Amino acid sequence: MEKSETEFEWIRGGALITNKLGLHARTAIKLTKLAMKFKANVQICSEQRPDWVNAKSPNAVVKLRPPKNSPIYIRAAGEDANEAVNSIVGLVNRNFHE
Amino acid sequence: MNSGGVREFAGLPAAGGSALGPCCRFRYSGAKRLRRQGSVSDESKLLDLALARSSEQIAALVRNSDELGAEILEFQELLLEDDSILDPVREQIVGGTAADDAWQAVLNSEIEDYASSDGEYMAARATDLTDLRDRVLNAMSERTDKSGEPRKGDIVVAEDIGPSVLIEWIGADKISGIALSAGSATAHTAIVARSHGIPMAVGVTGIDELQDRGIVLVDGDNGTVAHGDANELSKLQRDKVARQQEEQAIEAEYSRLKARTRSGRAVKVLINVEDPDALDELNPEICDGVGLFRTEFLFMGGTLPSEEVQYEAYKRMVLWAGGRPVTIRTLDAGGDKPIAGITADGESNPFLGQRGLRLSLSSPDQFRMQLRALSRAAALGPVKVMLPMVTIPSELSSAADHLDAVLKELEEEDAQFDRPALGIMVETPAAALTAADWSAEFYSIGSNDLVQYVTACARDNPNLVALASPSNPAVLELIKRTVDAGRFRGVEVSICGEMASDPKYVHTLLGLGLDTLSVTANYAGRVKHAISTFDDGP
Repeated sequence: MEKSETEFEWIRGGALITNKLGLHARTAIKLTKLAMKFKANVQICSEQRPDWVNAKSPNAVVKLRPPKNSPIYIRAAGEDANEAVNSIVGLVNRNFHE
Repeated sequence: MNSGGVREFAGLPAAGGSALGPCCRFRYSGAKRLRRQGSVSDESKLLDLALARSSEQIAALVRNSDELGAEILEFQELLLEDDSILDPVREQIVGGTAADDAWQAVLNSEIEDYASSDGEYMAARATDLTDLRDRVLNAMSERTDKSGEPRKGDIVVAEDIGPSVLIEWIGADKISGIALSAGSATAHTAIVARSHGIPMAVGVTGIDELQDRGIVLVDGDNGTVAHGDANELSKLQRDKVARQQEEQAIEAEYSRLKARTRSGRAVKVLINVEDPDALDELNPEICDGVGLFRTEFLFMGGTLPSEEVQYEAYKRMVLWAGGRPVTIRTLDAGGDKPIAGITADGESNPFLGQRGLRLSLSSPDQFRMQLRALSRAAALGPVKVMLPMVTIPSELSSAADHLDAVLKELEEEDAQFDRPALGIMVETPAAALTAADWSAEFYSIGSNDLVQYVTACARDNPNLVALASPSNPAVLELIKRTVDAGRFRGVEVSICGEMASDPKYVHTLLGLGLDTLSVTANYAGRVKHAISTFDDGP
């Protein structure tokens, strides 16, 4: 992961978690499944866990646990990186359709 | 606790209801490796086989379970394909470790990572991983022995059980109750138990010594387990159910009534509101107004809320109350409620630091924005603005000056607004001792902090619980002084701390002359019932 940071150009995004329970297990899974739809390398972090992790790993995403009204940050690199970031930001902004 | 032929074990409630039945001691037997370790390629194949088998099992469970169960199992299904877990397992196998040892080592370190994070949420995720760890280990050992599994009507007694195991048993209609010596009320297992109405108690100490097949009673409402003579247990269960139904009926009945003491004195019961999302499920009829609407939630996002965002939140609250008075507390950051970007870092004693109104007065623009939003909301219904953490009357005067300036501004802008009543929260001994000197339009006693400051006991220190008693005579004396000051000045005095919601203090508070209590919404019925049994005396 470290090496790729200099090789690729990251597309970046961020969104505020507004769900009552924060990014809990159910919403984390929705996010993971969405990320899996893209070829791009998609990473995510929160203020609680500031190290970038693979957004396609449910185990990693569930540990981010940003509470309600706190931000998550997303970055992606690869052919559909733009779409990946926009989709995930959209999912969070639409409150995970909850 | 012993009574007759019955022993009771105390724990925590996790899923309501009670169940009586034979005890099934369930132990995960641990997958001891009976086979010989194979070559790297054999071990890799065994891992893949076990993963595929587990994945099939979980998929079958998903098909036969409800939406909630399916959602919980989905996390485990996805974990079976998660490279952040599988890659290290594969690496270990390539390095010469047996498949089961490698799987167990990686999962155990993940579980430890979850379990060591603070908070029940992560501990609950640790249970999901344990559940999956054991399923895959079972798939590797090809164990088919089902003799330890519960039969229909059994009460499962175990250290902990995973959600997929419970879902499997429920699908086979196998169990009627659960008692765990570990476990957590927020774990998926508890959520599944609640949704299927299976009584469950967690963290019950001492049940490890219960004998298999002995008769036990699980009380999921109180979190207790009883063991002993079947007839006595069955009587105990009937009594508990009857007592509980009676209490619930009383609370439901009283929550809809206006509160009166036995002598007929009218007492106002207000509610405390922390999260406006909770309002949708609350009927305003249960209260005479809102005694404390906390505004901290608006400021938690890392950015300051605009006047519009604040106005919308206050408006929602005022409209919900439907003409009943709503007391809104200005930002009470600091102390036990640090807010990034607002409260000062590095204070050596935040409870005695720049918090509450002290902080608001140091950021006048921010404070005025909140007062503007509050004054605009006051046009929609009666709003009272409560200032937290005040020490001397000049702080109230400063706040009043800001309010006057804001009202003038709004008038010039031709905005819709009304002047809210301005009062203080009595939390410091200084404010309580000098209550009569304040030109407050109302007083609200914040007993949680008042108790902490009077007894010099930190609220969050479990070792000081006995010393930090709300019924300490010094605390009661300060409450009395505040009540007398309000009566002397002809303004309302209410109390909004936790002690007002506790039926065991209600009579004490009424005896001190309080006639307005602000309580946790769920406790309104309970408190009103306690009020109805109070005699004012001659």
